[in-house]
Amino acid sequence: MNIDWPWPWLPANTDDIAEATGEHLYLALLPVLVGLLVSIPLGWAASRWRVARGILVPLAGVLYTIPSLALITLVPLVLGTQIIDPLNVQVPLAVYTIALLVRSVSDALRAVPSEVTAAATAVGYRPLHRFLTVELPLAVPVIVAGLRVAVVSAMSLTAVGALVGIGGLGQLITEGFLRNNGVELVAAIVLIVVIALIIDALLLLVGRIATPWTRTAKGVNS
Amino acid sequence: MIEFQAVTKQYPDGTVAVDNLDLAVEDGGITVFVGPSGCGKTTSLRMINRMIDPTGGRILLDGKDIRESDPPLLRRGIGYVIQHAGLFPHRTVLDNVATVPLLTGQSRRAARSRAGELLELVGLPAKLAKRYPAQLSGGQQQRVGVARALAADPPVLLMDEPFSAVDPIVRDDLQQQLLRLQSELDKTIVFVTHDIDEAIKLGDRVAVFRVGGRLAQYDDPSALLARPADDFVSSFVGRDRGYRALGFLDAGGVPVGPVATVRAGEQATADQLDDGWAVAVDAENRPLGWVSAELLSTMDGSVNADRLVSGGSLFEVDSSAGTTAGSLRNALDAALSSPSAVGIAIDGDGAVVGGVTADTVLAALADARRAGEVPA
Amino acid sequence: MNSAFAWLFDPEHWSGPSGFPARILEHLTYTGIAVLIAAAIAVPLGAVIGHTGKGTFLVAGLSNGLRALPELGLLTLLVLLTWVGLLPLVISLVILAIPPILAGTYSGVRNVDRAAVDAAHGMGMRGPTVLARVELPNALPLIIGGLRAATLQVIATATIAAYVSLGGLGRFVIDGNNAGAGSPDGYPQMAAGAIAVAVLALLMEGLLELVERLVVSPGVRNQSRARRAVRLRRRPTTDLVENPT
Ligand SMILES: Nc1ncnc2c1ncn2[C@@H]1O[C@H](COP(=O)(O)OP(=O)(O)OP(=O)(O)O)[C@@H](O)[C@H]1O
Ligand SMILES: [Mg+2]
Repeated sequence: MNIDWPWPWLPANTDDIAEATGEHLYLALLPVLVGLLVSIPLGWAASRWRVARGILVPLAGVLYTIPSLALITLVPLVLGTQIIDPLNVQVPLAVYTIALLVRSVSDALRAVPSEVTAAATAVGYRPLHRFLTVELPLAVPVIVAGLRVAVVSAMSLTAVGALVGIGGLGQLITEGFLRNNGVELVAAIVLIVVIALIIDALLLLVGRIATPWTRTAKGVNS
Repeated sequence: MIEFQAVTKQYPDGTVAVDNLDLAVEDGGITVFVGPSGCGKTTSLRMINRMIDPTGGRILLDGKDIRESDPPLLRRGIGYVIQHAGLFPHRTVLDNVATVPLLTGQSRRAARSRAGELLELVGLPAKLAKRYPAQLSGGQQQRVGVARALAADPPVLLMDEPFSAVDPIVRDDLQQQLLRLQSELDKTIVFVTHDIDEAIKLGDRVAVFRVGGRLAQYDDPSALLARPADDFVSSFVGRDRGYRALGFLDAGGVPVGPVATVRAGEQATADQLDDGWAVAVDAENRPLGWVSAELLSTMDGSVNADRLVSGGSLFEVDSSAGTTAGSLRNALDAALSSPSAVGIAIDGDGAVVGGVTADTVLAALADARRAGEVPA
Repeated sequence: MNSAFAWLFDPEHWSGPSGFPARILEHLTYTGIAVLIAAAIAVPLGAVIGHTGKGTFLVAGLSNGLRALPELGLLTLLVLLTWVGLLPLVISLVILAIPPILAGTYSGVRNVDRAAVDAAHGMGMRGPTVLARVELPNALPLIIGGLRAATLQVIATATIAAYVSLGGLGRFVIDGNNAGAGSPDGYPQMAAGAIAVAVLALLMEGLLELVERLVVSPGVRNQSRARRAVRLRRRPTTDLVENPT
């Protein structure tokens, strides 16, 4: 095989590339967001009830172990979706995000010192209010760390969907491969990596701004 | 007034933490729950703000059964301070203190300015307000915890071993401050500790619990020391309780005798001394230290204030009424710690009014013992 | 569902060069080669970075950047660059396997109790000896954790080998996809392949967990317990410094 480098392809196809990028983001990020929203209550349940923890944490481990292509392929079998349905990629990505975050969220919530939760109850917080304003904020650093891994992995895993006919930048990879188009191939790879790293950096930044107390040096007394 | 009426708490695993407790906590003053570890002090305390619900009996707060109150609302009206302060690590010191005012619907501005006042009240410099709890020392954190509990100006304050995790010097500081705060604010404070010294120091009334969650004795501290209800209480209050009990005996019965004084900077001769010693005083008659005959002979006639023998502790008497304001323990300590074996008695202005010897204090003690005020 | 299992258990599909046993063997061979090469690179590198503390940024940067890299893209690119045979596949899989092993080794070595390392230096050990005798044995749980994560990722990703005409279990998924939706060798074949990969990954996970239990010394298995023990032993180790054996 011989690879071609048709540079003019790039300016001629900016619209298609932009569309594929948009689709890729939608395919990758929506599931991460859904996964985050689902994993918080699940993580809370796992932090609270031993039974829930005993079920959720090992289950998360098993789900995280199943290869992405397998999970993508099996979604239609389980959910009855069409073979070419964005859900086939999105459901596995959400599952990975949940599998990754449930354990972190539950560990982070369990790590909140008991005197802090006791103090919050004693000053008169109702349980939901306490969870949202005391326990959850304290878990933010751990959640953000998990989220960064989830987003970056999702950006790269979404490309695998192209093997079973689902769009996004992965499609430029398969297309570039079939047409020996090195420019298309490299453009897709670079876009995936660069966008992933930008989102990662943004999450890092937002996480820092949201948790100023984690940056205080210990033991500065005067 | 907080009333426990036949309150029992049995945990699901069968442990009876509190057994049929009847106890009334009067308004105002500090009521201390004391007892060995695991005797149910914390459980009793946490039942007051419904962090724990009793399995039997009932608790009345100002005559009203607390079960009729919504727990979060009840808690906003009761301050709670715990051992490691339980500060919220993600909020600044100021915002920690502002928590309850915000919860009760005050504006952020009002809550913060209230928080600022409280930090001052508990003796924290304003520059600490912007810090996070991790940037404070243990003692400072504990003060923030007290400020937070006081923020909504609750009539009742519950404190669970608040000072047991700080070192003794800081603890002493915090205890003094609590007494000062209490005299200013006049809250109803329920204070849990397992340290009998702390209980006696802080308590207006002390409830001694025995293991199994039963009340062994509920009395004021002096009565507790003088007349322990049973062997458990007497062993719990300790072997030196006789000496400690002196702290509660009025030294009024101790006759204050004359003591020789010389004025610093002025001429003095050996025959002004009494038994070889005299107290050097300043122009207002306040004690500066002791001069011995031997020392005076090296001073070429005039009393040198820089070369005195430092004296022992002082004890205060109310000279107008002719009785002592201090305790027998103060009087005995003054006599024992003095180089001349005479304890210096001073009046409210700090001026020397006389002296006591250990013998006279012990004679007074013997009288008190005969009167049944001290355990034999 | 049934048709997928029917396809999976059809004896015809369990023999010959394109049957399951042959594909599983291919899959495991690719995985083994890639993980071994990656370990040969990443363990020494991670150990040196962890030991010296120099190049830490490399660990963080690599693990994030490489995680974002789409393996499918990398593999197809390498194939198109006219490299033939196994090489492109192995390179992509090695690149995939390096970050977890590197990160595991690095943090394993970094997290060894400083007091133990100090004591080792105090006994007169040289840097490499400290690394080999003290740091690496204590880092073993995290190194093995890294190898385990790498192996699982490689097993998952080796499915794309089929896309560039190499075998492995991905073959069934790709062939099924190409056969079209209606065909009896279509979706049932895809699903059967997917189930096989999933089962293989789970079995491997179980196996690696077992290996981890057997290999790691009971003294360091529970890191926190071990650390407490080292702290307790701090006094005797200073004695050893004075009387080296
Ligand atoms: N949640 C619980 N479940 C079961 N038993 C409990 C629970 N909490 C406390 N207990 C038991 O109830 C008894 C009283 O406990 P409590 O915490 O009230 O003691 P305490 O007097 O405050 O002791 P300490 O001085 O050690 O703080 C103890 O025997 C304790 O083990
Ligand atoms: Mg307690």
